[in-house]
Amino acid sequence: MSFLTLANQYQSFDFKTYFNSIRPEDVQKTLDRGAGGLKRLETRDLLTLLSPAAEDFLEPMAQTARELTCRHFGQIISLYAPLYISDYCSNHCTYCGFNALTAFPRTRLTMEEINREARAIADTGIRHILVLTGEAPAKTPLSYLEAACRVMARYFSSIALEIFPMTQSDYQVLHRAGADSLTVYQEVYDQAVYKEVHPKGPKADYAFRLLTPERGAAAGFRAVNIGTLFGLGNPKAEAFMAGIHARYLEQAFPHVEISLSLPRMTRAGGAIAPKHLLPDKGFVQTMLAWRLFMPRLGITVSTRESAAFRDRIIHLGATRYSAGSRTDVGGYAVHTTDTTAQFEVTDTRTVAEVADMIRNNGYQPVFKDWEIF
Amino acid sequence: MEDRLALGDRYFSSRLLTGTGKFASNSLIGPMLAASGSQIITVALRRVDPKAPPQDNILSHIPDTVTLLPNTSGARTAKEAVRIAHIAREAGCGDFIKIEVITDMQYLLPDNHETLKATEILAKEGFIVLPYVMPDITISRRLYDAGAAAVMPLGSPIGSNLGLEMKPMIQRIIETSKLPVIVDAGIGRPSQAAEAMEMGADAVLVNTAIATARDTAIAGRAFAMAVTAGRMAYHAGMAGHSNRARASSPLTGFLRE
Repeated sequence: MSFLTLANQYQSFDFKTYFNSIRPEDVQKTLDRGAGGLKRLETRDLLTLLSPAAEDFLEPMAQTARELTCRHFGQIISLYAPLYISDYCSNHCTYCGFNALTAFPRTRLTMEEINREARAIADTGIRHILVLTGEAPAKTPLSYLEAACRVMARYFSSIALEIFPMTQSDYQVLHRAGADSLTVYQEVYDQAVYKEVHPKGPKADYAFRLLTPERGAAAGFRAVNIGTLFGLGNPKAEAFMAGIHARYLEQAFPHVEISLSLPRMTRAGGAIAPKHLLPDKGFVQTMLAWRLFMPRLGITVSTRESAAFRDRIIHLGATRYSAGSRTDVGGYAVHTTDTTAQFEVTDTRTVAEVADMIRNNGYQPVFKDWEIF
Repeated sequence: MEDRLALGDRYFSSRLLTGTGKFASNSLIGPMLAASGSQIITVALRRVDPKAPPQDNILSHIPDTVTLLPNTSGARTAKEAVRIAHIAREAGCGDFIKIEVITDMQYLLPDNHETLKATEILAKEGFIVLPYVMPDITISRRLYDAGAAAVMPLGSPIGSNLGLEMKPMIQRIIETSKLPVIVDAGIGRPSQAAEAMEMGADAVLVNTAIATARDTAIAGRAFAMAVTAGRMAYHAGMAGHSNRARASSPLTGFLRE
């Protein structure tokens, strides 16, 4: 059974009625079971922790989340940086700045330019890289990505990919070239919304995208990071779907490290305005619910979030931060003038500044947590 | 005669092994080692970065007098564990290697089969091999045949602080093993470390409980004292215990009437 079967089952589920039926005593019961991380929380517990009733329990949820995270990960935040190597894209995602319909000069870095970018990032101490492209296989074919991985392997201890969904055999090629991790967001689990915001292009295929993490895990990646883009669908339902997707992957691929991200739309960036804003409180509730549901889950927080907010949520279950990020192609070393970015970086601090903030919070910034072998 | 822990051709007076993961800062490691007297410390090769500035390079926080026990954290197969061991040796981390082959990320439980394969290869290559395993009598015998220097059964899952959940299995390994038995993982309190030593374990490895304590140096010292006390109790040949008060011979007393 793939996750598609499970995802289909929930398409007709009445989340709103169920969430509203949960009472404070249900939340307390789930928290009592989840305390200490000794008993495994079930799917209905995740619904309970994401419910409106649980909004009054954020402090006890945070206490448990902190304890579980500390025990399983230590007082540690791993650091990485994103590297955009191409912004060509044939998709029509209505919410994205790289949308095929948006007219701006597109860029694809040469290997020499990738080398310069990689060196600039490595000079800041970063050892884990996340490589990103738009979805334009004609512009960034497998051979290009493979060559890019080989350049990256000279500078980094871990190479994660956030590119377009591929077949398992293509992923195997990139795995052999040095990539060890895969990031892919479903964007929105609600199929009706998915269809609406992905009207055309290869991404219109919901099922192919949904099963991408499974193809990646089967191809040999040691870590898979998934997520939903908050702003498109009902946030509580989306948080639930992402959570059970992570649980599904954990069960199906026990040797793979599973992580979740919480990217959220803030305002219209030339595209559509988000239908559902995820407020800070909802962000925190989601993170805490996920942590209690899956004590060993990696939780990634990017520089989309503000410096002030990132300083606080270190204590609430996060395990990995990006730092010093540029989200425009060639932004680290190749281009000196501003180009189009996929999203606005809100935390603009340098890697050293983020590392210092982590230390000041009583945590250790970890730059290297993998070895390409 | 001095009571020392023998691993390969090396001898140690401390029976507390410690770890480097999970500390809020690497600068806490040195004081913890000094306070605990631990002479062996494990370090995940995946975290070692010789290119990093000293404060971020774990190795620069470990004094030369302490023996490095690099581990193969991150390995999913015997082949990967062997590769990591080779990298560790090339990086100047010595001949000790703790084999961790983990294929269950949810509970971080070791894969005994792959661990045994890696042990066979690395022991032949001259490594002092300390394999981390699920407590299993058969695997413990086979590790001896494969040339391991010790067997490291887990007390309970890594980071769980549950103590000796595997107690009856570990007991059986201690009774039969020709290798030193080092209880690794899950020991959350000094009393649990003492319990393992009272049972006859040769040593314990404690990381999470020390690294995540509010005062890591004092926690290290507390564990060291517990290990010493447990070892002394073991040597003292303490009497067993019972849950009930017992008349001296309730069943056969009549014979003396």
